[in-house]
Amino acid sequence: MSNETPTSPVVEPVSPVVEPVETGVSTSSTTDSSTTGTPAETPWSLWEVFVRSSRGLSHVHAGSLHAPDATMALRNARDLYTRRNEGVSIWVVPAEAISSSDPDSKGSFFESPQGKDYRHATYYTKSEGVKHL
Amino acid sequence: MTSEHTTDFAIEGHGDISVGVSGAGASGDGSASATRITPGNALRPEDIALEVRRGTAKPSGDVAEYALRLGDDALILAQRLGHWISRAPELEEDIALGNIALDQLGHARSFLTYAGAHWDKSEDDLAYFRREPEFRSAHLFEQPNGDFAVTIARQFIVSYYQFELYKRLLDSTDATIAAISAKALKEVDYHRDHSAQWVLRLAGGTEESRRRIIRGFKLLWPYVEELFEDDELTARLAEAGAGVQPSTLREDFDRLTGEVLAEAGLDAVNDLGLDRIPQSLGGGRRGKHSEHLGYLLAEMQVLAREHPGASW
Repeated sequence: MSNETPTSPVVEPVSPVVEPVETGVSTSSTTDSSTTGTPAETPWSLWEVFVRSSRGLSHVHAGSLHAPDATMALRNARDLYTRRNEGVSIWVVPAEAISSSDPDSKGSFFESPQGKDYRHATYYTKSEGVKHL
Repeated sequence: MTSEHTTDFAIEGHGDISVGVSGAGASGDGSASATRITPGNALRPEDIALEVRRGTAKPSGDVAEYALRLGDDALILAQRLGHWISRAPELEEDIALGNIALDQLGHARSFLTYAGAHWDKSEDDLAYFRREPEFRSAHLFEQPNGDFAVTIARQFIVSYYQFELYKRLLDSTDATIAAISAKALKEVDYHRDHSAQWVLRLAGGTEESRRRIIRGFKLLWPYVEELFEDDELTARLAEAGAGVQPSTLREDFDRLTGEVLAEAGLDAVNDLGLDRIPQSLGGGRRGKHSEHLGYLLAEMQVLAREHPGASW
């Protein structure tokens, strides 16, 4: 469903607060395409969906969808991503509110920790006489 | 609706299904789905079929007739809504309407399975091999989909009606009717929310969307009265505590739909003119239907009638 994933590595963070818009959104596309079958003139914005599968676990990214506003995005997420009992809680986030790391900067971003095995507990030998390690 | 295989499956009950499916997500396998899927645990039509075969669930004649009405309402609506699949304005809405159709189909299967027990008929016998005058659905359910706004208007009326109905049937003295209603109630509650959200958006959207939702309500309002008509069967069932008189649902229906319409800025009198819309004659509960049902049934039944006993 996602063909509009931001290609730009760093997207200016828009307000992360999701304001539910109750009414007043443009639904012209809906009514038009319902009879003519033509694509929507103003496409719905893209939302990223996070689902928590059960109490105590964290929300996990499940996918994305299109919706006219946050209220409908939550409902669409329920309809698309929890059809097989996958979740007990859903978050939806405007895709443009997500800043992501630059895939081209993998080297400078993620290779530094490699070889630094002293950052792992297994690097150290256990002192004699220390219990419960 | 179901093949022999899935019906036999029910003999094993719920537990065995969940073991097979839930393993993938729970195994911690990195390639597994991010979310864990389970079939869940709820009353299924197969469970009712099992009880019927064991002889632990057997409706009286009146209850069977009543279940037939409820099942036919849901079945015809499911068939109508299923037509939206691949045709909805947006992919997401396509799936939303498909989900609602499947919910309704589930209710239909449960009610028809139970009703059929009285005449030794299966859900498929009742769905595929009855003729038009034998269907007991109200006219609203068979009305054509129209545009998206018409479908939403129909959903809005249906879901608020069904919610009030199933809420009261939780107290039915017939345990199976009460159990099916309990399962259906939660699903219909979401259908109410779905349609109300769209009524708000269509009414408050553009001039065009507002015009269309108003047109939708005007087209469908003639079929509202029939939903709330009492007759001898409902009187007997209400007396026995197994069913409810439809007229007793009207006050809550009017109040709750009125609240949403008010929020949407749709005045029942000034904008919709609902008080001046004449009501249709109805007759669906007696097998008298509008011209639309025959075409719907032809499409729904053709495969089963062309290839009796086919499974896939």
